[in-house]
Amino acid sequence: MSQYYLSHLQELESEAIYVIREVVAQFEKPALLFSGGKDSIVLAYLSRKAFYPARIPFPLVHIDTGHNFPETMEYRDWLISELGVQLIVGSVQESIDKGRVKEETGYNASRNALQTVTLLDTIEKHKYDAAMGGARRDEEKARAKERFFSHRDEFGQWDPKNQRPELWNIFNGRKNQGEHFRVFPISNWTEMDVWQYLYTENIPIPKLYYAHEREVIARDGTLLSTSPWLKLKPDEKPMIKRVRFRTCGDMPITGAVESDADTMEKIIAEVAASRKTERGTRADDKRGETAMEDRKKSGYF
Amino acid sequence: MNQLLRFTTAGSVDDGKSTLIGRLLYDSKSIFEDQLEAVTASSAKKGFDYVDLSLLTDGLKSEREQGITIDVAYRYFATPKRKFIIADTPGHIQYTRNMVTGASTANLALILIDARKGLIEQTFRHSFIASLLKIPHVIVCVNKMDLVNYDEKVFDKIVQDYKAFSSKLEVSDIQFVPISALNGDNVVNRSDNMHWYQGATLLHMLESVHIESDYNHIDSRFPVQYVVRPQTNEHQDFRGYAGRVAGGIFRPGDEVLVLPSGFTSKIKTIEVNGEKLNEAFAPMSVIITLEDEIDISRGDIISKPNNQPEVAQDIDVMLCWMNQRSVNLNSKFYVRHTTHETRGVLKEIQYKLDINSLQRVEGVEQLVMNDIARVKLRTAKPLSFDSYRKNRITGSLILVDEGTNETVAAGMIV
Repeated sequence: MSQYYLSHLQELESEAIYVIREVVAQFEKPALLFSGGKDSIVLAYLSRKAFYPARIPFPLVHIDTGHNFPETMEYRDWLISELGVQLIVGSVQESIDKGRVKEETGYNASRNALQTVTLLDTIEKHKYDAAMGGARRDEEKARAKERFFSHRDEFGQWDPKNQRPELWNIFNGRKNQGEHFRVFPISNWTEMDVWQYLYTENIPIPKLYYAHEREVIARDGTLLSTSPWLKLKPDEKPMIKRVRFRTCGDMPITGAVESDADTMEKIIAEVAASRKTERGTRADDKRGETAMEDRKKSGYF
Repeated sequence: MNQLLRFTTAGSVDDGKSTLIGRLLYDSKSIFEDQLEAVTASSAKKGFDYVDLSLLTDGLKSEREQGITIDVAYRYFATPKRKFIIADTPGHIQYTRNMVTGASTANLALILIDARKGLIEQTFRHSFIASLLKIPHVIVCVNKMDLVNYDEKVFDKIVQDYKAFSSKLEVSDIQFVPISALNGDNVVNRSDNMHWYQGATLLHMLESVHIESDYNHIDSRFPVQYVVRPQTNEHQDFRGYAGRVAGGIFRPGDEVLVLPSGFTSKIKTIEVNGEKLNEAFAPMSVIITLEDEIDISRGDIISKPNNQPEVAQDIDVMLCWMNQRSVNLNSKFYVRHTTHETRGVLKEIQYKLDINSLQRVEGVEQLVMNDIARVKLRTAKPLSFDSYRKNRITGSLILVDEGTNETVAAGMIV
C-alpha cells in the first residue's frame, strides 16, 4: 500500500469499529439490538471484526413482535450460531399478555409501536446500560440529528433539544444510575454503503432481500405480503408477484417492491437507480410528518 | 477508490445555506421521489410558486416551526467521484457551539457570502471557527450572484476583501466560487450567466480538493481503546491492543514506546479480523500485538521512541464553553482526551476572544455559553498529547461536568 488514505467504505468501517469498541470500554453491560434487518446484520459482523480473535463481548437482543417473516427468524438463529454469540429475546406477545401494552386493531394494525415498551422493559430487566442499534442518519429527518452516543433518561426518553454536543471522536458515555445510552455505530452510513459493504464483505443476508415469488396485496401504493396478521379489506385480492424487500420489519407493515434482483450485484444496481427512499415502503412512517421523531422521543429504536 | 469528504456549512436565516444544500442534493440526483413530493407539497401549502429546496434540510419539529436549523444535522450525498457528509449547522452567534461541533470532524468548510452584502460579521465568525478548529480547506461561495446581475466586479471585490481578512487566520487552502444557489449557477452545473468566471463549479471543487494529507502521517500515535484477551484454548496467550491510529504509520517490527509508563517493545503483528497487515495509518482501526508482555491499558498511547507526544499536567488550551451554566476559575471537571479520562481544574483564563472582531478581552473570570477563551488546565494525571495544530486527534479534549455528566466544553491544545 503506497497511498495513505482509505476508501469511503474502509473509513466508515473503521469509524464503526471504533464506536463499538468505545461502547465496550465505557459501559458495563452493553447489548446489540438485532432486528434481522441488513443494518443490524452489518453491525453484528462489524462487532466480530472489532474484537476478533475474542468473541463478541455482548449479547444480541431481539425484540420479537411475533409478526416476523419466517425467513428473518431462520436467519437470526443461523447467525447466532455462526458468530457464537448469546441471544436475548424480548417478546411483544408477553408484554401484551401481561397487559403492559394493548394490541392495535383495524386494517393497519401493527405491533410496531408496542415494541417500544417491550424494548424498554428488556433493557431494564437485563440492566443494559448501552443498547447499540443499526439506525442511520440518512434514513429519516429526525435521525439526521441523532448522536453516535445518544443519552436516554431514566424513562428511556430522547430529548432532541437537549442533546450532548459530540465533538471529534471523543464520546461521552457518562450517566447516572438508571439512565442508559443508545449507540449508533453506523450513523454515517447510507443505504448504498450498507449494500456495498454486504457485497464486498460477502456477508449472507435473509432471502427476503432477494427477488422471489410471493403472495401479496396492493395497499396505499405498496405491496404487502399476505400473512395471518394481515386483515384483508373486501376489495383486496391476493396475487402472486415477483418481489423483494428493501427493509426487514414486521410482516404486516413492511412493503415489498416488484423486482427481478436475485443477486447482490442486481440489488446494488437497483438501489443505485432507485428513486424512492427505503422507508417509503414502511407504513409506520406514513403516520404523519413527525411519526419517527415522536416515536424516538418516547424510546423507540 | 472513492474517498469520503466531510464538510461543514454554517449560515443564518436568509443567506441561502439550506437552498444551497438542497441544490447540491437535487442537482447531484441525491433526492428521492418521495422526498421531493413531500417538499413540493409543503411548498404549495406555504403558498410558494416554486419548489423550496431549503425544505429538504428541515429537521426537527421545533425547527420546522421556526424555519431555522438549531442543531447540527448530518446529510449525505454521493457522486461517482466521492461520498460526502455535510454537517449542517446554524450560523447565529448563539449557536457557536453547534458550529464548533460541526467543524470538529470536517475536512472542509463552506463559507457563504451574500453578494449584495459582502463580508459581514458572520463571515468573520464562521471563518474564525474554521481556522480555530483547523479545518484544512475552505471554499468561499459568493451566493446570490443573480441579484447583482452576475457582476464580475462584485465577486472580485469580495475575493479581495476576504483575502485581506483571512491573512490573519490559519487557513492555507482557500478557493472562491461565484454562485446562485436558487438558480443553480456554478453549483453542480456551469453557469451560462458568468462567462467571465473560468474556475471550477462548487461540486467540482468538492470532488477534487486534495484531502489525502489531512491526517497526520508523520507522528506515530496509537491511543489504546481496549485490551483484547480472548482467553480461549485456541488463542490462550493472545493479548492485543485495540485502537484507531491517530497519526503516523505503524509497521510490524517497529520499536514502540508506551506512554505514560515509558516501557518499550516491538510490534509483533498488526491485524484486523485475523488478517495480518503490513502497515497501519490514520484513521484505521486495528489490533496491535507486541513482542513483550508489558502492562498497557485503555488511555495509554503507543508511539515511537524517537517521536513522542508531550506529557504534562499543565496544559494550555483554546476552550469553547458549550453549556448554559457559566463556569468560574477553579471549577473541576472530568477531562476526556483520546481514550483517556482524568480529572482537571480550570486554573486560569488568560483571555477571551471576541469572535467577531478577534480582539482579546483580558481580566475575565467567568465563561458563559459560546465563549472562546485561552485557558490553563491542570490535570490530576498527566496527558500524553500533541498540539492541536499538529494533530487534531491527540490535540483535542472535552470537559465533562462532574454533576450532570454533560459535555460542557471543547478544547484545542495550544
